[in-house]
Amino acid sequence: MDLAYGPKYEAFREEVRAFLTKHKDQAPRGLGAAGRPSPEACSWQQQLIQNGYAARTIPKDYGGYGAMPDILESRIIAEEFSSARVPSALQNQGISMLVPTLLELGTEEQKKKWVKPTLRGEVVWCQGYSEPGSGSDLASLQTKATEDGDDFVINGQKIWTSTAHEADMIFCLVRTEPDKPKHEGISYLIFSMKTPGIEVRPLTTMTGHAEFNEVFFTDVRVPKTQIVGQRGQGWLVANATLKYERGMLGDPAAMETRFQALVDLMREETVDGQRAIDNPIFRDRLVRLQAELAAMKFNGLRLLTSASRGEDPGLARLIVKLQSCELTHQISALAIDVMGEFGVLYDDSPYLRSHGSWQWGYMFQLGLIIGGGTAQIQKNIISERGLGMPREPKLAK
Amino acid sequence: MEFALSEEQRLLQDSVRRFLEQNSPLDKVRLAAGNTHTVQRSLWAGASELGLTGILIPEDFGGMGLGFLDAAIVYEMIGRHVAPLPFIGATVMAPLALMIAGSEAQQEKWLPKIAASEIIAGVAITEKVGIREDAGVKALNGKLTGKSLFVIDWAEADLYIVADNDHGLHLVLPDAKGLSRRALNTIDKTRSVGELVFDQVAAEPLPRSSADAVARIIDAGRVMLAADTLGAGQMMLEKAVAYAEERKQFGRVIGSFQAVKHLCAEMAAALEPSRSLVWYAAHALDEVPGDARLMACHAKSHLSEVGRFVARTATEVHGGMGFTDLLGLHYWFKRIGLDRQLLGGPELVRLEAARLQGWAA
Repeated sequence: MDLAYGPKYEAFREEVRAFLTKHKDQAPRGLGAAGRPSPEACSWQQQLIQNGYAARTIPKDYGGYGAMPDILESRIIAEEFSSARVPSALQNQGISMLVPTLLELGTEEQKKKWVKPTLRGEVVWCQGYSEPGSGSDLASLQTKATEDGDDFVINGQKIWTSTAHEADMIFCLVRTEPDKPKHEGISYLIFSMKTPGIEVRPLTTMTGHAEFNEVFFTDVRVPKTQIVGQRGQGWLVANATLKYERGMLGDPAAMETRFQALVDLMREETVDGQRAIDNPIFRDRLVRLQAELAAMKFNGLRLLTSASRGEDPGLARLIVKLQSCELTHQISALAIDVMGEFGVLYDDSPYLRSHGSWQWGYMFQLGLIIGGGTAQIQKNIISERGLGMPREPKLAK
Repeated sequence: MEFALSEEQRLLQDSVRRFLEQNSPLDKVRLAAGNTHTVQRSLWAGASELGLTGILIPEDFGGMGLGFLDAAIVYEMIGRHVAPLPFIGATVMAPLALMIAGSEAQQEKWLPKIAASEIIAGVAITEKVGIREDAGVKALNGKLTGKSLFVIDWAEADLYIVADNDHGLHLVLPDAKGLSRRALNTIDKTRSVGELVFDQVAAEPLPRSSADAVARIIDAGRVMLAADTLGAGQMMLEKAVAYAEERKQFGRVIGSFQAVKHLCAEMAAALEPSRSLVWYAAHALDEVPGDARLMACHAKSHLSEVGRFVARTATEVHGGMGFTDLLGLHYWFKRIGLDRQLLGGPELVRLEAARLQGWAA
């Protein structure tokens, strides 16, 4: 156990700090988690790439910085940007999911064409996976692509497509081989959202906002060359991508920030003049969450060490999505409870606290528990892959 | 940056695991449980050969001179095997009391004996966590009066470390005049706790006693209880998974039903981050003093909650058999139950964690 980073990494930390001190005034206020980045955000991103604080390990040929992967350096960058409260590298589905997939499985031409503008925030992507009839059982998806000359012709519907209304491009799973077993008949296509025949409809959720969309395809023609990986191998390509998506969730630093905001809220909010933090029941719940948060934080350090050694951390990794989403939701739930009646105020109501972010979060985070592999699917994964328990027997046909 | 056990620590843990697999199988645990007040002397001797009795004691005094993380991973194994050994009093709290509060003469006299397992030391400190009924020990003119409950390693002790009401720590011999002893029979028959009643008992003070010393002894005890629960919980999970893969109903192993699998997944999901918390809390006792007390509280209270959930859930996965004496699963259930209440139940410990952060008066 050695929680010091050592002289080599501390020197690197100093470099990051020096960069931040010098350039932090040029940083935009915020980048937003998704959607189209502003011109200021794009130019900040470009500066980050040039200095190795974004796209750090992506080869120079494809528009990255070209450093060797070093998980501890990445961690130090994240820590320093977070403590300086400076927006760090752009994060969106194109950068986090498509780029690694293309680098792993794309053709040279695809990599050359798409990786660089995606990294720079110039091309925005959305993900076309889920369908109304294919959620947890994603491999049952029915959007079909039929061959016609040099093209595929796509018909069907996708759902839960965040940023589809702003996206330039989509990476999309379609069924190209309807007669094959479900996992073997899928292909992974990339195409422009401006292609004729695509209709995007906003999907309003319980939060009152349209964080997602539905996307409809009617005779959408896509050249066959725009496939990633082999025809019928889309499931494997998609799993490469899902692996990256699961890595995006469950950042202990983000949970700590929310927890600290909760502590502040509990110091301010009063009932009958008593602060929430002085109420023994609320306080007990708070400390209980703090212990769980500590456990997840140290679990994160353990994962970091495993990753830096190239080891598989097994269960310690498999439980992250389930536990982090639940803990995040519980932090919001306690915030709602300490606000009491104020906790159900919404929109632009008088007495609204923190712009309603706790209320929005409490609802939106329920979506995170369900999305990206539901809690129940996570438990299947933990029990089957982590504990080696048997799979559900297949139904007899 | 390395958040992991070292090679030496893994070897230590493996050797303790192997030793306990061979020497503390369930039939031995049953035997010990039928006779609470007799230490399994052979088991203790074996533990001593491995160096466990002197794990924290400096090498100058014949111990291994290891740290709290080493002790915690040993306790994880002891909990895993519900080993009927003298526990956190004899190997962690009492030696620590002597190391941080004892005089040189006291250290020279007692630490080598503890390390060599010539004597076992019990610890009477519960009242510094919370006073029940009229318990409490007054020290006046070198004599102790009053009583202490839930004395750890009570039955086996050849020496007691006793905390008085004013943060003083004292050495008391079991045959001291005016001392009477009463067993407290708990659900966990693998360990002994008891009551000491003092009537003008002559005691030898540890001269460097202080409120901080008392608190550090409690911190260390709490982390070891958390580690014990972690090991016991991990074993219960493994037993539940093994049982679910063997037991058939409706023509299938029950482990193929999601209702059962998900219970196992929930246990694993709760236990896995707990392991990291216990490691860090133990590491902090050695290396991060500013974090140590809060993390000891978090480890103790969190493992108490996770332990209760796992103990109950693993028993349910075993169905009716889990409820019987035949499988002996209840030894783990009861161990976790005892660990939860000793040195403060979770609500009490969380209040202390709140105070440490200025969140409570």
